[in-house]
Parts: sequence; structure tokens; C-alpha cells
Amino acid sequence: MSATTQRGSAAVPARPRAADTARRRTRGRNERSLGASFALHATLMAASVIAVFPVLWILFISLGPSTAWQQPNEVLHHLGLDNYRFVLLHSHFPRWFLNSVIVAAATTVLGVLVSASAGYAVSRMRFPGHRPLMWTFLITQMFPMAVLIVPLYNLLVQLNLLDTYLGLVLVYCTISVPFCAWMLKGYFDTIPREIDEAGRVDGLTPFGTFWRLIMPLAKPGLAVTAFFSFLTAWGEVAYSNQFMRDPHTTLAVGIRTFAADQRADWGSMTAASVIIAIPAAIVFMLVQKHLVTGLTAGGTKG
Amino acid sequence: MTTATMDEGARDVKAPAPRAPHGAWTSIKRSWDKHWYAWAMVAPVVIVIGVLVLYPLCYGLYLSFTNANERNVAQNIGPIHIGATYDFVGLHNYWQVISGADGDFYPRLEWTVVWTVSCVAITYAIGLAMALLLNRPMRFRLFYRLALILPWAVPAFIGVFAWRLMFNSQYGVFNDIITKVGLPAQDWLGTPFAQKIAVILVNIWCGVPFMMVALLGGLQAIPGELYEAAEMDGATPVQRFFNVTVPGLRPVTNTVILLSTVWTFNMFPIIYLLLGNNTTGDTDILVTHAYEMAFSGGAADYAGSATYGIVILMILVAFSTFYRRQLKTQD
Repeated sequence: MSATTQRGSAAVPARPRAADTARRRTRGRNERSLGASFALHATLMAASVIAVFPVLWILFISLGPSTAWQQPNEVLHHLGLDNYRFVLLHSHFPRWFLNSVIVAAATTVLGVLVSASAGYAVSRMRFPGHRPLMWTFLITQMFPMAVLIVPLYNLLVQLNLLDTYLGLVLVYCTISVPFCAWMLKGYFDTIPREIDEAGRVDGLTPFGTFWRLIMPLAKPGLAVTAFFSFLTAWGEVAYSNQFMRDPHTTLAVGIRTFAADQRADWGSMTAASVIIAIPAAIVFMLVQKHLVTGLTAGGTKG
Repeated sequence: MTTATMDEGARDVKAPAPRAPHGAWTSIKRSWDKHWYAWAMVAPVVIVIGVLVLYPLCYGLYLSFTNANERNVAQNIGPIHIGATYDFVGLHNYWQVISGADGDFYPRLEWTVVWTVSCVAITYAIGLAMALLLNRPMRFRLFYRLALILPWAVPAFIGVFAWRLMFNSQYGVFNDIITKVGLPAQDWLGTPFAQKIAVILVNIWCGVPFMMVALLGGLQAIPGELYEAAEMDGATPVQRFFNVTVPGLRPVTNTVILLSTVWTFNMFPIIYLLLGNNTTGDTDILVTHAYEMAFSGGAADYAGSATYGIVILMILVAFSTFYRRQLKTQD
């Protein structure tokens, strides 16, 4: 080990919790000694455990009795699905879940379409207002949304959109669209302009070019955008908490009622959390292949 | 290039180019003929942002010049409508904040800066380290990648809830783990200092995947020939890292640092959900403090909250302008 040269990444501040990160190697960038391989896998394994542990912990607790979080040692002896049964059959959870699915799906579809068309226009056409628009996308992300709640509440009342799905979807779009449009603009920039020209030669309108040629090519970028929009809507708490009333409450707000009663029911809360994480995980699995390419193109060209 | 062709296409669809008489109207019309297509495509975004962000923003700006609070805003109690009775107070609110008279601004700002800098720096360092490790052929790569991105896929409130269970002083597993490693157990959600460490830890846990994925993409975009050339020239791995990897990552780095600074500065859910009401206020960053002002119940101070919102916006705009200018002079 001592005779080997140090690999570049070893110079980076390594993960503090695993001091043995510094890896060494012999030759060739794609070869490494047995020791280096071991250190590499050990580090990644440790990091993976830290990343996954809280989620697995919730899953573990949810399989025990409803007081399992106080005696984690007992869980293995009393494995069962009681928490899930209670959440699915004896609470309003299914209705919250449905509300969240409606809102998140609508936000995703609307957010992706709207930000794609805006991103395309900004990427391909030079028009008055093009630069201020890019600035607006950045600035809207800087405004503390938590502080917008009061004015937004009044506005939704005036528009008759308070406590409606549409109102919440539009509000979520204001969070996700600026980032998505910014990122998609970057992604569209990486698609050669010759394709647009070919489309024009074949007699397509600019919108036709965008819809028939560019959108299919931009799948990785769109996947990341969809992922981001979905997660924004699926996990948002503050707006939903203020704008939606009982039959329309979404998951993030709904599951807090498990904890807000006289006697906090952490068991149900863990089971509900696991069920909520599943759709997010599915969406994530669907898009993860594109995540790296999609995000980079958007990130570098912003 | 394409811009021109696109515009021609747009004109074909619309009317033929306008004729003779010059003047303001004609130039507007010409501009419209040339650009209506682009405007039509950005219109939905502009309308949504304009109505749902700019209007509340202007309204917030207006509120920040008044003394609006829970007692004097317009309300409907049943069928009775009570009109607003708050007054215009000019820059009074801003003076209260900037001069430190409200006693909260500077302590909160200080903690917000500490919070933002430490979160962004640590998240970036870990994200870069993980990206470098993942960016090489090896076994189980897909597994590691999926595992490491997982915190991103889990909705924030669930991740926070998981940590809250783990941090619990009486039954939490986190203390069990760190005492095994030899560190002293803490009441993580009890004392302000431990709370601060706890929220930073959770935020890093949530934030690393985004950094890692963005940087991983950045690493993959660096052409392999550069490394080969460097290797031929006898560059050591450390030199390769500083002379090939770091400059190659610069565009991604600039973007992710800007974005994550803005996001962390305004990170509301993690602090709010992890600590709930179980806080002395010491752990509030500017955003959560502003939220508390508007929704603390009893004495909701809408004007003060709006003032904080505007001040936060100004800080971030100033920061990003400065940041981008610095980058330009570097290049």
C-alpha cells in the first residue's frame, strides 16, 4: 500500500465518519489493488447504510406493535401488520392518499408541460423578455415561500380556489416550475438545433417541432423534472396545511393527526410513512436511470 | 441560426409582414408578429408565476409598510365582515429590523448564515466524495447508487419523522449507536446546541443525494482523454484531481452551490418539522422565524413577517448577484 500512488479522489475531504476513505492504487486509472477495492466498498457500504438506515428503521418499527418505538428490541418477537391494518382500514388514510395522488399527479403533468414549453421557448427563440424571464425563474426560488402563505391565502379566497385541488396544484406549480423550466432549458440547449431545422423543412410549426421531435428526445430531462414536481407535491406540508380542509387534506397534513391526538400514535405514523414512501420510491425507480444525465445537462448550462 | 428560421416559420403561420406607416404601433405589431410564438409558449408560466408569486410578493411588500397584525386585518366572523384598520407606517418595520431594535434579526441572521454555510459546505464535500467513489467501474455500483440516492426519494417529512424517532432522548436508537462508537449520548432534541447539530445532520442527510447526482453527472461529462493526457504527462493523481477534475466540474459546482445555498437559506420543513414547538427559538433561521411571526397564534404579526420575507429576498438577490459577478471575473 505504501508504495502505491495516491488516487485523486483521496485528496477530497473524505467522509468524516469513515476515516479509512483514503484509497491508494497501483497503476492505470481503472485498476486498483485489493486493499483499495476493499476500502472503496467499505466506504460506500458505510455511506449506504447511513443513507438507508432511517428508512429501514421506520419500516422495522412499523412491523411491531403500536408501542414498538419504545422497545425496539421487542419488535422481532411480535412481528405483525397491525399498524398497517389500522391505518388502511380504520383511519382516513385512504382518502388522504387519494387526495395526494390527485394533487401530485396533476402537479407533475401540468408542471412538466408548462415548464417544457417555457424552457423550449427560452432555449430556442430570442424574444424580448427572454433574459428577465430566466432571472425570474431564479428569483422566485429565493423568495421564502413560507412567508407567502398569508397573501396567497387571501388570493386563493378571492379566486374561489381555496380548499380545491386546482388551487393547491397551481400553488405547487409555482414552486416546481421555475426550477424545472430552468433545468429543461439547459437540457434543450444540448439537443442539436439541426433537428429543429429538419422539422421546419418538413413543414412542422415551431410547436409541432417542439412536441413531435424535441419532447421525445428530451426524455431524461423530462424524467428529472417529473420526479422533482412529483416530490414537491407529494411531500409539501406548509401550504397544504393552511389551504386544505378536512375532506381534501393531503397525506403530509393527514398523518400529523396520528401524532396530534391526546395519545401520539407513533405506530400508525410509521406504517403510514412506509405506505407514503412507496409511490415516491416507484416514481424514483422509473426515473433513476435518467437522473444523472438529465440533471447534469440542466445544471451545467443554467 | 435556428432562431431566425423559427421566426420565419412563425411569420408564415401568422399574417404577412406589415406594410408602410411607421410608428410605435407598427413596431409593436412587427414585434408581435415576430415573437408571438415564443410569447405564447411562455405565457402559461408567466401567468402562473405572475398571479401566484408576483401578486403575493407585491402584497407582501405592501404589508411590510404597514402595521398589519391579527387584530386589525379584515376578517369575516361568521356573516359579519370587519374591515381592515391597519395603517401605513412607512419604513418603520425595516428600521426595526435593520437597527436590531426587534432583538431577533441579528441573532437569527447569524445562525442562518452558520447553518447555510455549514450545510452547503459539508453536503458538497460529502456529495463530491461519493460522486468520485461512484464514478468508476466496480461491482454493486447500481446498488450503491440507489441506496445513496434514497434519501432524496423519500418525502422530507418522512425522513424528518424517522430522524425524530431516532433522536428521541429516551428511546431513540441514535444514542445507542453513538454510545457504541464511544461518543457521549445527548438529548438531541432538548438543548439548543444539540438541536442545532441535529438539524444540520438531518439536512445533510437530505441534501447529499442531489449534490452527488449533479456532481456525478458533471464527472461523467469530463472527457476521458483529458485524464489520459494528464497521465501521459506524468501527472500524479492529486495533480489530476486539481488540474482536470476540479476545473471540469466548475460549471456544475457553480450551479449547485448557488442553488443549494438559496434552498438551504430558505429550508423551512426540516427545522420546523424536526423540532416542532419544542424549541426556544434559538434554532429558528430567518424563514422559520418569519413563519412563527405570522402563525404563532395570539399575536400574529403579518407586517413583521412580510418584512422578514422581503429582507430575506433582498439578501439572497444580493448574494446571487455578487456570486455571479465573482464567477464572471474569475473566468
